[in-house]
Amino acid sequence: MSVLVYTESENGEFKKASLEVASYAKGVADMMGTSVTAIAVNGGDTAPLGTYGVDKVLNLKDSKLEAFNAAAYAKGIAAAAKAEGATVVVLSQSANAKYLAPLLAVELEAGYASNVVALPESAAPFKVKRTAFTNKAFNITEISTDVKIVGLGKNAYGLKENSAAAATEDFSADLGTFGVEVASVDKATDKVSIADAEIVVSAGRGMKGPENWGMIEEMADILGAATACSKPVSDLGWRPHGEHVGQTGKPVASNLYIAIGISGAIQHLAGINSSKVKVVINTDPEAPFFKAADYGIVGDAFEIVPQLNEKLKAFKEKNS
Amino acid sequence: MKILVCISHVPDTTSKINFTEGDTKFDTNGVQFVINPNDEFGLTRAMWFKEKQGASVDVVNVGGPETEPTLRKALAIGADTAIRVNTEAKDGFQVAKELAKVVQDGGYDLVIAGRESIDYNGGMVPGMLAGLTGANFVNTCISLEVDGTNATATREIDGGKETVTTTLPLVIGGQKGLVEESDLRIPNMRGIMMARKKPLSVVEPTGAATETAAVAFEKPAPKGAVKLVDTVDELIDLLHNEAKAI
Repeated sequence: MSVLVYTESENGEFKKASLEVASYAKGVADMMGTSVTAIAVNGGDTAPLGTYGVDKVLNLKDSKLEAFNAAAYAKGIAAAAKAEGATVVVLSQSANAKYLAPLLAVELEAGYASNVVALPESAAPFKVKRTAFTNKAFNITEISTDVKIVGLGKNAYGLKENSAAAATEDFSADLGTFGVEVASVDKATDKVSIADAEIVVSAGRGMKGPENWGMIEEMADILGAATACSKPVSDLGWRPHGEHVGQTGKPVASNLYIAIGISGAIQHLAGINSSKVKVVINTDPEAPFFKAADYGIVGDAFEIVPQLNEKLKAFKEKNS
Repeated sequence: MKILVCISHVPDTTSKINFTEGDTKFDTNGVQFVINPNDEFGLTRAMWFKEKQGASVDVVNVGGPETEPTLRKALAIGADTAIRVNTEAKDGFQVAKELAKVVQDGGYDLVIAGRESIDYNGGMVPGMLAGLTGANFVNTCISLEVDGTNATATREIDGGKETVTTTLPLVIGGQKGLVEESDLRIPNMRGIMMARKKPLSVVEPTGAATETAAVAFEKPAPKGAVKLVDTVDELIDLLHNEAKAI
């Protein structure tokens, strides 16, 4: 018996989301009186995992896994779960983790709860709280299978240090045949992704046209943030689809979400509601976003954003 | 090419979300149900395959008789036939298992499902269906081309996109991007009239077991009022000292 956690890495380093799922796995293991094993794929230095409570790391090294393959990764993680006799498997909610989770559930005949926001309410029966109705409600899901899979929402648990050994062993598994092959990857390496960003700067139709996005990008640069946009803006082709956040776009669970010139349609708010702190800048004091936000300025983005950028730059210089 | 589009019957996005029976059931009172948006993008892409490549398009839903208007709408948009698996949808695994039977019986080459429903947001039916039927699987799919038994798909990844090649049989978890919002079709009168005559078959469930149960619901705690500030200095001060967000 143990808790297995899948820890993703990028460019040879464990992602922050991996340290969060490791922290969470340690919390679950403590509830169940057991230990935490991490499964890494071509993982680098595993010491950071120990800092967050991982007792043992299985490092699945295979050159065939350099490009992500959901079915093969699921087979590798399933093999690790079986080797460890894991009763709970914890994953993040990155695009890749969400992709492989249902395949893993079939491999392990395990019940899967996605978008989980807290430690289990009880370990037996195994009950977890998750978001539903696109962040408009929560549900308590009871998983009844022997093995349980938990997909932990980003920023839902945070990082908790727990020094452990993180003894690393190489691991290998039968990965089956590859039915899906990666042909090309188109990823901006110099920009923070919405999924990984602590801060997201998002703008809407209030910006009047794509030529005015310079100030939005500048703010994102100053804050080390990702840029995002509302649905009408991506539908109009002002910004790429990958920036569209909301119900039918990407979900956002950043620490800070700054909405500029976005009125706050219910579909938009549903998608960004998991963000911790929300700021709105809008000329219309009746814009629905003011009801969802923590802080707001009623005013014209074309006046306020340049001022804010200037002051933020000064603030960053002073506080870095 | 035989295409099956999985249709989830979900509350309209502007619906008030309430619960009954001691917060254990979703309150459907006064709620308008629609085709799950992620499924509708997939259905519209399927219509393209029908019109350009001569594919057949069936739609399927796991649910009671109350979900039939949603299936009729899919027929009015242009699907050929509809199948309803006559059982309450209880969890992702049970639904995937019921759908797997429909996929196997119908010998479908391509199954299109939305990446997630907007009600339970489980995000697991397409992947489980692929796992259960042994088909290839591409999630968060934003473009799909099929040539014979070969398929090229693009999926959204964190911070970009990735193009993959694969073969049929294939299951995709679809979303916006498969078609654009402006490509979505509103059924016209002729489509609605024709949909009434199209076959909608009701099949009995296999009685698949569940693995999870939604035992209770909660609404988020009411949010405090927004703090309005007049100057950017105040905003920066609050974000730094109060919210600790910068």
